[in-house]
Amino acid sequence: MRAIFVRDMRLAFRRRADTAAALFFFVIVASLFPLGVGPEPALLRTMAAGVVWVAALLASMLSLGRLFADDHADGTLEQLLLSVCPLPLIVLSKMAAHWLCSGLMLSLVAPLLAVQFDLPGEAIGVLLVTLLLGTPLLSLIGGIGAALTVGVRGASVLLSLLVLPLCVPVLIFGAGAVDAAVSGLAVSAHYSLLAAMLVAALFLAPWAAAAALRIALD
Amino acid sequence: MQLSDINWFKYAAPQRFYPLAGKAVPWCVAVAVVLCLVGLALGLFIAPTDAQQGDAYRIIFIHVPAAWMSMVIYLAMAFWAAIGLIFNARLAAMLATSLAPSGALMTFIALWTGAFWGRPTWGAWWVWDARLTSELVLLFLYIGFMSLHAAIDDTRRADRAAALLAIVGAVNVPIIYFSVKWWNTLHQGSSVSFAKGSSMAAPMLAGMLVMALAFWAYCIAVSLARLRVVILEREQHTQWVRAELGVQS
Repeated sequence: MRAIFVRDMRLAFRRRADTAAALFFFVIVASLFPLGVGPEPALLRTMAAGVVWVAALLASMLSLGRLFADDHADGTLEQLLLSVCPLPLIVLSKMAAHWLCSGLMLSLVAPLLAVQFDLPGEAIGVLLVTLLLGTPLLSLIGGIGAALTVGVRGASVLLSLLVLPLCVPVLIFGAGAVDAAVSGLAVSAHYSLLAAMLVAALFLAPWAAAAALRIALD
Repeated sequence: MQLSDINWFKYAAPQRFYPLAGKAVPWCVAVAVVLCLVGLALGLFIAPTDAQQGDAYRIIFIHVPAAWMSMVIYLAMAFWAAIGLIFNARLAAMLATSLAPSGALMTFIALWTGAFWGRPTWGAWWVWDARLTSELVLLFLYIGFMSLHAAIDDTRRADRAAALLAIVGAVNVPIIYFSVKWWNTLHQGSSVSFAKGSSMAAPMLAGMLVMALAFWAYCIAVSLARLRVVILEREQHTQWVRAELGVQS
């Protein structure tokens, strides 16, 4: 299991350009919004959380498509299915590697974007925490979609179609926490709900994704 | 007859279910037409005009049953998909795929009629309210189910992949619903609930319930008819389908 994790990290490190591309996609999408809606600081401040979150969702969709597709193309995935290690654990370590390369990076860049959108200091902290809690969820839920679309025609579009509706709650509570912080309300409820969803997804998602992989490679 | 004498799995074979569905379809159509006429008569002529909303409220006789069906069909679809996945039952998986278009249609009707109702009542075609938004997400889930099924060529694999998606979606639907509900709520409260009973006039309620039954009958009829086509398509290599269609081989 650790070997898979280390392998995926090493693969991601050797293909730094792919990771960087998703990151720049995130920054570009977020920067397009002020150009589209105008530069009024008050308007941007109210939109900031939503824009950053939607951009993060889209950016993580980009890299999700390759979570299993590359391994499927070169046959590694079939070997993983035959491994003695339980498949859900393998899937979980792949998802963890994906999160480190995509979600964590996005979360670390997000405060910079928040400054561009003129968010106050404590709201930036809240945004960072919600992204740290929420992006693993995107990797977990997205992993199910990625496993379902392994080796399917038009996988990347289908992946977004399947996964984005399921990510609605993450978006709502993630962006909602920042809005609450901006308007001076307590944010602990949002944290609790995000964390609860994260725990539930940590338990269920690898299992569902493993079942989907078995179906795909039947 | 003793319970153990019944062969519970008799109709699990597509070959036996096909004629049964064929017999059930005309009955369901007849029930749907009759109930629909009764329900519309109750709703459009007998039910009183609403004190606040005027005659615009009468769209609920279509809107509410469609919204109910959209949710019931999703549950039924997820249930049969799960049965198909767990017990490897072909007929259950076929039923799940034939339910999906009806469910998507009902979701669409609910959204569409809701927009027509919202315009005179709220003054807006669309608002980002909890129920509207979660109904929209439900429509996306139906579309995802159908496109995943269509994207995989091997039907058995498509059945199982789509079944898994339906189950994941069914787990997610309550989460989506409550998250959207806490996010924003403008939709009027439910007029019918098990806890409080109904807050509507009796003819209105009767009309709505009759229409709901009509929608049930319609959905069952259409799904069974679609299921018959799916059975014929998937079992086309078998002897009985060739005999049924009168194909000389």
